[in-house]
Amino acid sequence: MAKYIVRRILTAIPMVLLITILCFALMHFAPYNAIDAMTTPKMSPETIELIKAKYGYDKPLFIQYLRWLNGILNGNFGYSIVTKQSIAGDLAVRIPNTIKLVLPAYATAYILAIILGLLAGSHKNKAADKVIDGISSIAIAVPSFWFSMLLIFILGYKLKLLPIVGMHSVGKEASMADFLRHFIMPFITLTFTFLPANVKFVRSSTVTQFSEDYVLVQRAFGASRGEIMFKHVCKNVLLPIITRLGMALQLLVTGAIITETVFGWPGVGPYFIKAIQGMDYPIVMIILVLSSTLVILGNLLSDILYCITDPRIREMG
Amino acid sequence: MMKRNEGNKKKSRSVRVDSVLLSLKHDKAAVISLILLGLIILFALIAPFLPVEPNATNIANRLQPPSAGHWFGTDEVGRDYFARVIYGGRVSLMVGFLAMLTSLTIGVAVGTIAGFCGGMVDMVLMRIVDVLYSIPWMILVTVVSIFLRPGLKSIILVIGFFTWMEIARLVRAETLSLKEREFILYAEFSGVGIWKIIISHIIPSVFPTIIVSATTSMANAIMTESSLSFLGVGIQQPMSSWGSLLQNAQGTMQNTFYMALIPGLLIIITIFAFNKLGNLLRVFVEPKIMNDEKE
Repeated sequence: MAKYIVRRILTAIPMVLLITILCFALMHFAPYNAIDAMTTPKMSPETIELIKAKYGYDKPLFIQYLRWLNGILNGNFGYSIVTKQSIAGDLAVRIPNTIKLVLPAYATAYILAIILGLLAGSHKNKAADKVIDGISSIAIAVPSFWFSMLLIFILGYKLKLLPIVGMHSVGKEASMADFLRHFIMPFITLTFTFLPANVKFVRSSTVTQFSEDYVLVQRAFGASRGEIMFKHVCKNVLLPIITRLGMALQLLVTGAIITETVFGWPGVGPYFIKAIQGMDYPIVMIILVLSSTLVILGNLLSDILYCITDPRIREMG
Repeated sequence: MMKRNEGNKKKSRSVRVDSVLLSLKHDKAAVISLILLGLIILFALIAPFLPVEPNATNIANRLQPPSAGHWFGTDEVGRDYFARVIYGGRVSLMVGFLAMLTSLTIGVAVGTIAGFCGGMVDMVLMRIVDVLYSIPWMILVTVVSIFLRPGLKSIILVIGFFTWMEIARLVRAETLSLKEREFILYAEFSGVGIWKIIISHIIPSVFPTIIVSATTSMANAIMTESSLSFLGVGIQQPMSSWGSLLQNAQGTMQNTFYMALIPGLLIIITIFAFNKLGNLLRVFVEPKIMNDEKE
């Protein structure tokens, strides 16, 4: 098993490097770059050369790349072209805000999905299944931003129950109750977004397990439905679900871009969209590198989890 | 001999049709959504011949609620919202369709070439797939969209060029197993060129997979387009899609909620219907899979 894990880690490293190269190339070939942002057309060519030399833009490309990569590895993500703020500093505020929203929403969706999926899968084609599966099929087709508009209209405008924008009211930054009031709508939206695909996944793997021979054998020996369900089926269904956790890792940074933008939640979402609109390449590229690294790490994690939890794979490795 | 073969063919076709009809019988939602989708597509196609004008403004008549004269009301500069929704659907469906064609073409080409050639070619192509796959789609698509001037053409290209990876993987896996089958081995042995084998043997054999992926791909493309347009990096004024209509509706939502409601419902119906269509096609190409046991 250790050998397998080491091999997996070794294949993940070149992937991350490839992504940083891709990012750097995109940044380099962008129609508008950091030099254009620092210089004005009125400056003399000599001044521009001086500025280039000062920031290292006169060096060969691969040296620039190595310096940039070295910076990222040391936590120096560079500076925004537009606001000149340190990107690492901005992200240190933004990412925790996103996590505060995504983590509870994903956890809720995950637990609900297991319960609903098992319920639907074990009662295939009965009323409970039809309702759960039907609603998930519709929910998959609902754009998350439209769902949040619905919530804003009903809970925000009509009933006037909840604030529609931001994370805190002005002057109430320390109040937990105020935070929760802002939290409810984006939380519901995100839970609703994460839920249906997970329910469908759990349901279809439950249905598959129930059609396996071992269930038939258990039935023949007179085991009760509940016994089969909790002693055998559950175990086999939960294995692949645990590995889905790894794949959800990147959601902690980029899982709520649309929802955060709609509700003006001060997380990574609005920061990213603003950077896109303002052509703020350094920010965009750092988020690209960060989220892709998390995807690769997440896949690695899910393979390792699979390896640890599933004895069949453990033996093979 | 010929006759028996034909008889078998006919029989297998009727089994396919029967299983599709059977699953339709159990799924009223699919029937309704497919009929609605048919209507939406029909309206989108005949829009230029309808007596509606999506760009005619009438300030005196702004923000009117739905009525007999304006079925879906009017927007903030008095344009007929019914016309705008129909023309929006035209754009959304067209983006979905063309983006799907693009991504299908790339996916099938990469998948068959990687699977059939193997070796270095396969390695390189699949690493590209892995890398693109590791970037969250939302980030990938938005990043690329800033390199192109926002608009209809670039959104089709962006979605088409960056959503083919899943199809490529599916097609590659099938090509790998097809490669070992006798008819391909024989074709190879008798000196038929790679391109001819790929085009006349492999692609027809993976066609069922391609068709099923096409519906999913279409649904995803429509969803991606509306999200991007909603965020303001997709379709730009004066052209509008369902997503950009929703973005526009956000501002006046408090008083004119119908403007936010209608395009959203149409997106839901369209995506739902395409997903159902995908399930039906899956039943059609593999009658054994009734319902979704082997998803």
